[in-house]
Amino acid sequence: MAKQAMFRIWRGDAAAGRFEDYLTPVEEGMVVLDAVHRIQAQQAPDLALRWNCKAGKCGSCSAEINGIPKLMCMTRLSNLDLNMPIILEPMHTFPVIRDLVTDVSWNFRAKLTVKPFRPRSPDLPDGTWTMQQADVERVQEFRKCIECFLCQDVCHVLREHHKEAEFIGPRLLVYAAALEMHPLDTEDRVDDLRKKHSIGYCNITTCCRKVCPESITITENAIIPLKERVVDRFFDPLKQLFNIL
Amino acid sequence: MPEFQLFSYDVLVIGAGGAGLRAAIEAAANGAKVGVVCKSLLGKAHTVMAEGGIAAALANVDDRDNWRVHFADTMRGGQYLNNWRMAELHAKEAPECVRELEAWGALFDRTKDGRILQRNFGGHKYPRLAHVGDRTGLEMIRTLQDHGIHCGMDVHMECTVLSLLLDSGRIVGACGYDREKGHFRVWQANAVVVATGGIGRAFKVTSNSWEYTGDGLALAYRVGAELQEMEFVQFHPTGMVWPISVRGILVTEGVRGEGGVLRNSEGRRFMFDEIPDLYKDQTADNEDEGWRYTQGDRDARRPPELLTRDHVARCINREVKAGRGTPHGGVFLDIAWIKQHLPKAEEHIKRKLPSMYHQFKQLADLDITKEAMEVGPTTHYMMGGIRVDGDSQMSNLPGLFAAGEAAAGLHGANRLGGNSLSDLVVFGRRAGRYAAEFAKANKANTNTMDNEQLQSIAKTALKPFDVGASGENPYQIQYGLQEAMQDLVGIVRTETEMQQALSKIAELHARAENVGITGHRQYNNGWHTAIDLDNLLLVSEAITRAAILRKESRGAQFREDFPNKDPEWGKYNIIVKRGPDGEMLVEKRALPAMPDQLQAVIQEMK
Repeated sequence: MAKQAMFRIWRGDAAAGRFEDYLTPVEEGMVVLDAVHRIQAQQAPDLALRWNCKAGKCGSCSAEINGIPKLMCMTRLSNLDLNMPIILEPMHTFPVIRDLVTDVSWNFRAKLTVKPFRPRSPDLPDGTWTMQQADVERVQEFRKCIECFLCQDVCHVLREHHKEAEFIGPRLLVYAAALEMHPLDTEDRVDDLRKKHSIGYCNITTCCRKVCPESITITENAIIPLKERVVDRFFDPLKQLFNIL
Repeated sequence: MPEFQLFSYDVLVIGAGGAGLRAAIEAAANGAKVGVVCKSLLGKAHTVMAEGGIAAALANVDDRDNWRVHFADTMRGGQYLNNWRMAELHAKEAPECVRELEAWGALFDRTKDGRILQRNFGGHKYPRLAHVGDRTGLEMIRTLQDHGIHCGMDVHMECTVLSLLLDSGRIVGACGYDREKGHFRVWQANAVVVATGGIGRAFKVTSNSWEYTGDGLALAYRVGAELQEMEFVQFHPTGMVWPISVRGILVTEGVRGEGGVLRNSEGRRFMFDEIPDLYKDQTADNEDEGWRYTQGDRDARRPPELLTRDHVARCINREVKAGRGTPHGGVFLDIAWIKQHLPKAEEHIKRKLPSMYHQFKQLADLDITKEAMEVGPTTHYMMGGIRVDGDSQMSNLPGLFAAGEAAAGLHGANRLGGNSLSDLVVFGRRAGRYAAEFAKANKANTNTMDNEQLQSIAKTALKPFDVGASGENPYQIQYGLQEAMQDLVGIVRTETEMQQALSKIAELHARAENVGITGHRQYNNGWHTAIDLDNLLLVSEAITRAAILRKESRGAQFREDFPNKDPEWGKYNIIVKRGPDGEMLVEKRALPAMPDQLQAVIQEMK
C-alpha cells in the first residue's frame, strides 16, 4: 500500500467553494473517514463533516467519493486507486451547509407526511401480538435502513429534477413499505402513495438500490410492491370496467 | 454582543438517544410542551450501536424467569452497589416497556409460537434479551423516533448545550448554540432532563462516537448536582483490534450468546481457568455443557464466556499480558466452530449476527463464518453519572432530572449487557413523567433570564476564536487526554499511575485554556471539539479521583494495589460534587438500607 495519499476535498459553503488538496500518510486497513479525521486534526481543524458510529450503523458520514455516493466509514482505501487524488464532495442533492456537510432536513420534514403506524388491536388478552418470523423478516429488511440518505442523493427525481415538494424519494418509500407491509399495521397509504408521494415518478432505474450500504433491495422489494398496490387500486382495467358498469 | 434566540418549554430534554426520546414522548403524553436538543441529527445517537438486545423478564423462552430473577441478576452483576430501588423498578417495568415498543412498531425476532424471542447474555440467568438480529439499538431508536415525531415535540438537531441555567437554586433552562450557523440559543424550561449518554471519548480505545464527552454530567456538576459511581467505567471485553483504524468498534456479546467461544493463541478456552465464587454454581465446568446452554438446554449452566463483562475483559487482558494473545494484541473469538454442531451454521450465523458478518467482511476482510475474530477490551459504558432519586429520576437539584447512561444507580459497579436498553426506556419514561409533573407544579419565573450570565457564557464559548491560530490545537489536547486515561486509568489501576493521570489532566486543562480556532462559527468541527474539551477533562478528573478513593477491586474497577474486594467498601457509594470554591469534592456515602423483601429475593436467588 502507498505510504501517502492525496485527498481532493470540496471546501466551501452555499455561496461558493472549491477543491483543496491534502496529502496525508495512510496505513493498511484505513477507511476514508480515518484519513479525513487525520487531515482535520493536523491540517484543517475547521473542516466540516458529520460522523458518529464509524461502523456503518448510523448513516452520518455520507459523501460522494470519486463521484459515487458512499459512507466514508465503510470505504476502505485499499479499494481505491491511491495513485490518483481521491475526490471527496458533499452529497449533491441537498443544499450545502459547509464542506462535506449538507442540509438534509427535508428528509425529516417529508417523513412527517407519511401516515404513521396504526396497529390492529392486540391478539392476546395481555395486550400483546403474535407474529411469525417469516412475516416479520420481510419488514425487517426495510428496518435495517440507517437513514444515510445516499439513495435520496442518487435518485434522479430529486437530484436532477428536484421534485422534493411532490416526491418522497426512495428512503421514504422504503419507510412507507415498512409500514404498509408491517404485519400489525391497519393504515391505508395507497392513495397517498399515488397522489401525495408521487410514487409514479420512480421509473425503477435501481440506482438507489445500488448505493444502499445496508444492501436493502429498495427497488424490487419495497418500491415495486408499492407500485403494484397503486396499480391494483387505480389502474386495474377489470375494476375500472366494473366501476363503469 | 451575541444574540440569543429564545425558546420556551415546559420540559427540555437534552439528548435524543433512547432515554431522551422516551422521556420526551412521555412528557408530551403528560401534557407538557417539550423541546429536545441533540448534538447530532435525529436518530444518530449512540443507541444505534447497541447490538445484542433489551433485557426484560418476559419469560417467553424460559418460563422460570420473572422480575425477581432479573432483579437479583442485576444486583449481583453490580456487586450490590446498585440503587436497589432502581434495580427493582427496572426489573418490574422492563417487560411493559418492551411491549410498548412493539405497540409503536418495533419488530423483534419471534419465537416459534409467534411471541418476542429472547436470547442469552452475560450475567442473565435465563434467555432474557429481546432482540432484532444484532441491530436491536437501531430498531429501538427508529421506533422511538418515528413515534416521537408525531407526539408534538420540537427537536433542535445539531445543537450543543453550553450551560444549564439556574434561578434561586432551581433549574430554569439551558443555553447553547446551533452547530450549523454557530448562533446562540436559550431554552427556557420548568424542568430539564439530561439524557446525554456517556464519556467514552475520554479513552483512546472506545466503542463510543465523538458525541460521548460527558456533557450532561459536566453540565449538571457545574450547577451543583452530585455525581456517583464515577470510578466504574465498563470496558467491553470484545472490541475489534485489527485493522488499527477500527480498533475499539464493538463486537456484540450476542456472538458469545449464540455459542461463540474465546481462545488464546494456544487454542485454549482460557475462560474456564478462573471462575469467580459469586458465579461458580451457575457456570458450566465443561465445554459440552456450555454449548448445550447456548442451545437452550434448561439443565445446562452457562459457559464462562458469558460471565460478566468486567471479568471477561480482565481475563482477556491477562492472556494478552502473559504473551498468549493474537498477533494484533487481542484474543480469538470464534463463532465459526459451531459448524461442528450445526448443519447450516453459515446461514445461521449470517441470520443471527448479520451486522457482525458485514462489519468484519467490510472492515477487516474476514469471514466470521469461516475464521475466528481478533478481539480485545474497549471502553464502552459509564456506570456512573448523575445521582438521582430511584422513583422520579430527579437529581439533588429541583427540576433537574437524568436518565439512561447519564444517570447513575441502576448498574452499580458493573452493568449487565442488555440492561442498558431497558434502562433507557424504563427510566426515560419515568424521567419524562416526573419532569412533566414537576413542570406543571413549579412554573419558573420567565422574566428572570440573566442576560449578563448569558453574555458571559457566550464570551467564554467564543474565546477560541480570539486566541486563533497561535493557540493550542483542540484535537491534540483530546488525543493527549485519551492517551493518559487509557494508559493510567484503564482496566488495571494503581494509585501511583492515577496520581500521574491527575497531573496530566491538570496540565491539559491549562493548555485547554489557551485553545485556538481558525475560520468562522459555521459548522466548525474544531470549535465544537474545543467546546467539548472542558467537559471531557472534568469527567476524567472525576473518574480518576473516585477511582483513587475506592481502595478495593470490585466490578469494573480493578486496583492492582488493592486486588481484593473489601466488604467495608461494599457499604459505600462514592459521590463527586463541586465544592463552594469550585474545587472537586470526593466523598464516601453509605448505601441506603435495602428493604427486607428485596433482601429476601437476593437470598432466595443465591
